[in-house]
Amino acid sequence: MTTVVLKGGRIIDATGERSGDVVIGEDGRIASVGQNLSADRVIEAGACIVAPGLVDLHAHLREPGHEEAETVETGSRAAALGGFTAVVAMPNTEPATDNAAVVREVLDLGKAALCDVHVAGAITVGRAGEQLAPMAEMAALGVRLFTDDGNGIQDNRLMRRALEYASGLGVTLAQHCEDDSLAAGGHMHEGEWSSRLGIPGVPAEAEELVVMRDIALARLTGASIHFQHVSTAGAVAMVRAAKAGGLAITAEVAPHHFTLTDECCAGYDPVFKVNPPLRTPNDVAALKAGLADGAIDAIATDHAPHAQEAKEKPFDEAPPGMLGLETALALAMTELDIDLATILGLLSWKPAAVARIGGHGGPIVEGAPANICVIDPAASWTVDPSLLASRSRNTPYTGRTLMGRVVHTFLWGEPVVVDGEATR
Amino acid sequence: MKHLLSVDDLGGRDGIEEVFRLTDSFVEVSERQIPRVPALRGKTVVWLFYEDSTRTRLSFEQAAKRLSADTMNFSVSTSSVKKGESLRDTVQTIEAMGVDCIVVRHGSAGAPWRVADWVDACVVNAGDGWHEHPTQALLDSYTIRRHLGGVDGKRVAIVGDVKHSRVARSDVLAFSALGAEVTIVAPPTLLPPSLDGWPVSVSHDLDAVLPKCDVVYLLRMQRERMTEALIPSLREYTAGFGLTRRRVDLLDESTLVMHPGPMNRGVEIAAEVADLPRSVVVDQVRNGVAVRMAVLFLLLGSGMDLT
Repeated sequence: MTTVVLKGGRIIDATGERSGDVVIGEDGRIASVGQNLSADRVIEAGACIVAPGLVDLHAHLREPGHEEAETVETGSRAAALGGFTAVVAMPNTEPATDNAAVVREVLDLGKAALCDVHVAGAITVGRAGEQLAPMAEMAALGVRLFTDDGNGIQDNRLMRRALEYASGLGVTLAQHCEDDSLAAGGHMHEGEWSSRLGIPGVPAEAEELVVMRDIALARLTGASIHFQHVSTAGAVAMVRAAKAGGLAITAEVAPHHFTLTDECCAGYDPVFKVNPPLRTPNDVAALKAGLADGAIDAIATDHAPHAQEAKEKPFDEAPPGMLGLETALALAMTELDIDLATILGLLSWKPAAVARIGGHGGPIVEGAPANICVIDPAASWTVDPSLLASRSRNTPYTGRTLMGRVVHTFLWGEPVVVDGEATR
Repeated sequence: MKHLLSVDDLGGRDGIEEVFRLTDSFVEVSERQIPRVPALRGKTVVWLFYEDSTRTRLSFEQAAKRLSADTMNFSVSTSSVKKGESLRDTVQTIEAMGVDCIVVRHGSAGAPWRVADWVDACVVNAGDGWHEHPTQALLDSYTIRRHLGGVDGKRVAIVGDVKHSRVARSDVLAFSALGAEVTIVAPPTLLPPSLDGWPVSVSHDLDAVLPKCDVVYLLRMQRERMTEALIPSLREYTAGFGLTRRRVDLLDESTLVMHPGPMNRGVEIAAEVADLPRSVVVDQVRNGVAVRMAVLFLLLGSGMDLT
């Protein structure tokens, strides 16, 4: 490996913003940060932002079990192209990631990936919500986030016990907030559009009831809890209030929930079907406010690839989920009226802290791991599904023009994306 | 109009009235000794019914035959769908055999929109989930027009399970496009979660609505709604929302009673009410054939001389 210098970029990390050069050393760490630095190879970054690599708390890499939709390799390539240097792989694999053997398999697959692959373990055996999964044996392999994602834990007592047990391991539970009985049979947000389209709906309250309960249980147990893909105005308000009350609560929002609304379902194209569903313009406004004022800690993609045949169905028969890794940063830069440092915090150092992922999220200082993305904030590009690196094509943003593009991504010093192309 | 998926595809009042003018001539055809015209000779219409249906399928079939179209029936229960064939593969396979029109009934809202994306043939929605049933709305509107001289300004009460009813959604669109004042009457559990944007008023008191309407349109009450905690019992539903013999006395003399069928006699409509002269359920069925002739002709018969 040779040394590389990123010349003259705007360096933005949790410590602030400055201009300068960043030298990436042969050991995969940042050799120096300063002015007029040199190295074997020079990359001009004058018009670009040099930031810590992005961290995704919520990616479905589909392996093992659904390799027709995505693999760790293809998903990590999509991640690297999106500026991510670390992702947390969700446990709704087949078999579920609910024991050390599956955790080890995914971690092994991740060793050859184009980003660091961390694993979220399931809270319950088979994600069935009945019996606690062996969290300690998974935590011993480095798992720091546990979730039954796709399923919310319904049973109050079980959730209480899971929180208590997790707090003893120093790990965090991440909840998919959905009350099954209220949501049963629903395929989109319940409201004006579902009523008109004749599609059974999921009310916002199906999410909010679980957020409300888990805030109560966080108070009871003192455990930390992370809310996944918060999508409603009411949930944002509750999270904000609970944080103000001093509880150890964090929350993420997915890009599609602050860029799309339930009206998108009017053409019955299941590419717009996702869980939680696309909500109303009022919810979108509340999510944006929560991202701006810190009520929300992270933007997480909920990258959910599905093979073409899975989505070529009537709306109610198709599975929920949409791609996210390659569009998340540009959507945030295009759609959020928030300064860039805050956006990068939501996509990098704050999620790294939520998942306790070391080595990612900066800061960009001498000696730190060289997990870096270089972003051209002025580049506009149009989303073309056929050009995505994901094995699947289910992006809801086809044809949409976005501002901000990842130019280079460095993973432990290795240039995994150069000039917008994956190097392997 | 390439497809008829929603009442909205008809282009509002003018488009609906064009269908009615065509329907008038097909009513005349239907009254002939040999009720058949060669308008769609050489055209093939296929029935793609993913849900059971007797009257709608037979009505479309009669309509197509009276227009001299060839028809094919795709029966889901005996088909490759049972072997796991996708909807897309199924419709593309059927289209490859050379069909001009696919009439779709499907339990999923929006399924005909998906089909229309995948084929070049024209698509008629014969009912999709809870969403729409546009030819039913046309035949209902046409029936009101025949009996009351028009739909404009008429007060129509749609009574019952609007939440799960594709008939209600299409009827609301058609009746209001034609200038009717629509009131929907149901317990709140049988209303859609939101009525924002619906050109209707809402009542939970049938007795208060009945004296002030020109048409009472009763929806079928499905028995399984009880198990979903939407109503306590059919008995209680009938007491509150059934058109009983007693309630008929609240109606104006000229008020029509309509129902899309099949009726649950004794639930949403008392048996003797269903058989009153003001009940035009049989006319609805009769008009359905002529309306569907008009729809098929509009979609497939462009440029042909009706005579």
